[in-house]
Amino acid sequence: MIRSLARPASALLQRRSMSGAATLPSLPYAYDALEPTISSTIMEIHHTKHHNTYVVNLNAALEKAEAASKSGDANALISLAPAIKFNGGGHINHTLFWENLCPSSESSPPTGDLAAAIDAAFGSFDDMKSKMSAQTIAVQGSGWGWLGYNKSSSSLEIATCANQDPLEATTGLVPIVGIDVWEHAYYLDYKNVRPDYVGKIWDVIDWKCAEARFNAAK
Amino acid sequence: MIMKLSFALLIPAVASYNIPAASRREILKKASAAAITVAAPGLAGAYDLPDLPYAFDALEPWIDAPTMKIHHDMHHQTYVTNVNKATEGKPAVDIVALQTDALAAGPGVRNSGGGHYNHAFFWDEMTPADKASKTKPSSALQSKINAAFGSTEGMKEKFAAAAAPGAVFGSGWCWVVVNGKDELEIVGTPNQDNPLMKGVKDEIKYPILGLDVWEHAYYLKYQNRRPEYVGNWWNVLNWDKVNENFDYVMKNHAGVPVRG
Repeated sequence: MIRSLARPASALLQRRSMSGAATLPSLPYAYDALEPTISSTIMEIHHTKHHNTYVVNLNAALEKAEAASKSGDANALISLAPAIKFNGGGHINHTLFWENLCPSSESSPPTGDLAAAIDAAFGSFDDMKSKMSAQTIAVQGSGWGWLGYNKSSSSLEIATCANQDPLEATTGLVPIVGIDVWEHAYYLDYKNVRPDYVGKIWDVIDWKCAEARFNAAK
Repeated sequence: MIMKLSFALLIPAVASYNIPAASRREILKKASAAAITVAAPGLAGAYDLPDLPYAFDALEPWIDAPTMKIHHDMHHQTYVTNVNKATEGKPAVDIVALQTDALAAGPGVRNSGGGHYNHAFFWDEMTPADKASKTKPSSALQSKINAAFGSTEGMKEKFAAAAAPGAVFGSGWCWVVVNGKDELEIVGTPNQDNPLMKGVKDEIKYPILGLDVWEHAYYLKYQNRRPEYVGNWWNVLNWDKVNENFDYVMKNHAGVPVRG
């Protein structure tokens, strides 16, 4: 299995085919690789339907934005901003998400500089997880929970974002680990018991990916 | 934690609060059945989960029975439990009245008080498809629809656009409302907000119909196919109830009352 390399979030929208369009990345594992934590049914719908729709709609918005940009139509560009934010954010967020998940057999706690930074910011790995779980569960409606890196203070922070607002553009934090708490991310398996999903997803977090992102960011 | 209080404990608790007659009646009615379900020890919860006015499978095939059961018994129940917690120790206020200052009252009241009202409103405006198909907008309502949207079809198209994912938000509700000028509008609100809440829109507006577009409302049957759910939902909308809602808001400029 090829371990996916971490990429800065800003580079994600530049990963395009020759036509310049955003593309749906492949998962680094099979749809059933995260069972029983996340079912293959969810993974397949989440990837091929939800994430793909963000990619398709992002490309449509970017095409219109390019035309508006060429003709200097500021009004049209401004009108397109919500669609770019929503679909661009959805594409960025889900790409980061697939990469920071892995089969439970391959998930082991962070080591090295990331582990030290977690301890410094939260006291311990377990304290970080319980704080991040609580904040992520508490997201109202649709959104994401993030472990992020604050470049100004050189420290880790926990943040949440609404809808598909991307972490870096919204808060300036560099994404280290993201957890999707839109209902589509867990509903078929967990129904309305979001706390169970967030509690269990720690089993499939890819801390090697997180370490690579952290090392690239600091 | 659900607890049962004895009738004797309840009466002093009820008597000592400045509770509006309608809510007090509700509380006493349930207490007279010799038990009351409360959300927290020591105090009567002011709000209850209303029963659906139809069976869980009544809205099939447009909304599936498992969704109705989980949506009612789990999601709506949680909002009721949490609004009772959020308003514990405060004088009981009718759930419609609670909406007005929900933003100022804080996230507990906003999210759970909004959630309780929205879902209670939602169950009552729907009915099995064979009955719904025999209902239609009243002539007064139809005139307003035509004035605002051109036609009922025009309204449904604009509603579909407003309810689309990413139109405004991930989770929320899409409403047809009467505004301050007695005209109809279509508005979307995020999460469990609604247009009765001061500060959510430019002015308070009064829903006559509304659709839950949180993913939990449709995911088991429709997955990501929200537009299909939105289009199908009209099959179970009870226009008789919408007509009543319209008459009520036009007359009172207040939110439609709900059970619970």
